[in-house]
Amino acid sequence: MKILVCISKSPDTTSKISFTEGNTKFDENGVQYIVNPYDEWYALVRALELKEAGKAEKVTIVTVGTAADEPVMRKALAIGADDAVRINAEAKDAFYVASQIADYAKNNGYELVLTGKETIDFNGSQVGGMIAELMDMPFVSLATKLELDGTTAAVEKEIVGGVEEVEVNLPFVASCAKGMAEQRIPNMRGIMAARTKPLQVVEPSAAEELTSFVAFELPPAKSACKMIDPENMDELVDLLHNEAKVI
Amino acid sequence: MSVIVYVDSFSGSIAKNGFEAVNYASKLGDVIAVTAGSASDDVLAALGKYGAKKVLKDTSVTSNDPQQLTRLIAKAVEANGATTVVVSHDLNGKAIAPRLSARLKAGLVAGAISLPEGDKVKVNVFSGKAFGFVTVKSDKKIISLLPNSMKPVAEGADCAVEAFDGEAGTAGYTIKATKKPEGAIPLPEAELVVSGGRGLKGPENWGIIEDLANALGAATACSRPVADIGWRPHHEHVGQTGVAIRPNLYIAAGISGAIQHLAGVNGSKVIVVINTDPEAPFFKAADYGIVGDAFEVLPRLTEAVKKFKASN
Repeated sequence: MKILVCISKSPDTTSKISFTEGNTKFDENGVQYIVNPYDEWYALVRALELKEAGKAEKVTIVTVGTAADEPVMRKALAIGADDAVRINAEAKDAFYVASQIADYAKNNGYELVLTGKETIDFNGSQVGGMIAELMDMPFVSLATKLELDGTTAAVEKEIVGGVEEVEVNLPFVASCAKGMAEQRIPNMRGIMAARTKPLQVVEPSAAEELTSFVAFELPPAKSACKMIDPENMDELVDLLHNEAKVI
Repeated sequence: MSVIVYVDSFSGSIAKNGFEAVNYASKLGDVIAVTAGSASDDVLAALGKYGAKKVLKDTSVTSNDPQQLTRLIAKAVEANGATTVVVSHDLNGKAIAPRLSARLKAGLVAGAISLPEGDKVKVNVFSGKAFGFVTVKSDKKIISLLPNSMKPVAEGADCAVEAFDGEAGTAGYTIKATKKPEGAIPLPEAELVVSGGRGLKGPENWGIIEDLANALGAATACSRPVADIGWRPHHEHVGQTGVAIRPNLYIAAGISGAIQHLAGVNGSKVIVVINTDPEAPFFKAADYGIVGDAFEVLPRLTEAVKKFKASN
């Protein structure tokens, strides 16, 4: 059984967010890119644990992106993925990306596809579910635990206001959330090995894009925080009622 | 023009975000709400008050399975010639909307926070640090609405509820067990939230958070370290890796306000920060700040709230 882990780059969580070209493009100037934390900490590490437990033969990472994404892919290889595939195209929108990955997974016999629960830049939570529909497979969203026994998986997932335990058969797609695995820091051996691990570049298949981001906007600057005397909570309640009108 | 809205009613009732989605969609066209399960017609008919023209109910779908629900909604779209679908961007919507998008080849606007302006819809991006404007290129479109983005207004009357066969097929997985804590207000829906961090010093001190939450009718939440060390359950953890919330009021006690925490709460309309450290970064994101000891300030605030509630 082979696992395909979808990896996206995302700006470091502490990046300053700004836009250029008349607020139509994310300003990459000075931005440090990382592996999207949900893809790395939860999806990739859980895939590696399954392989280490003898439940999977191979863990491949896949990214839809340009050559500029390769340093981030090497980071994922340093953590322990066996090989990497870059589908050579701009990640135009979620449907375009999902179409590419679904085609690749279908043609190469992957039975388990893992994604992070969302990326920390566009926060759409879209790609995993789309891949599942395109491959006509179950999609277990927001998985927090995943155990494999033969071809059957026991998965715990977040639902509105609680947790659900589900049983699902391979092949399927899951998006991974906190709880799946613990973050791993790549060691020197991993980093050295990552340089020579196979990173295959494949050309994209024909796929449409369904949406596009046409503009961005930063939230209005927050007005200064009003300080309240810790002895005078009646004043705070009064402000919350009469000024902020939230109680 | 028909707009299909999926509303979750498996619990036998409809959550606020279901009414929100219907109310939002009613500004876009004639709303046909679609639901599954066995909630009573009386409960479902109330969607009419929020703008639904009718409700289609498929009782053959008995579990919250995204594959079946996707087929059901797609069938309703086809049967009514609809071009727009609205769902809530809650955990159900996040599982269903992308599937439906791929099935219908309908562009998905994920996490909308306001009504379309022309062909553009505003969404949250960069974990709440910016907004984006999305256009849909396909003929059909799906909008998933971030909970608590607009206040649902009841103005109409009950509507008809009709049986509907969504040809939903078989479930993609088997649900073995469902665990939901009793009685608590689910965080993503809460309008008021009281949250505690490491400054509370231990789980035994959570009484002062709960007292304030009870006085306000608020949900309780916590920061990541508090959930990680097991003082509070994980479903209460708000922040980048936990739940992202956008309540009307967020009161944070003993939380410094790291950027990852802010990413989960910066959609809150009003933020109150209580911290002993006047340099805590959270004050920069706050509307009202109190430099003081949470152990003194919280009980005092609880009393002030009770006094206010008693006189209003």
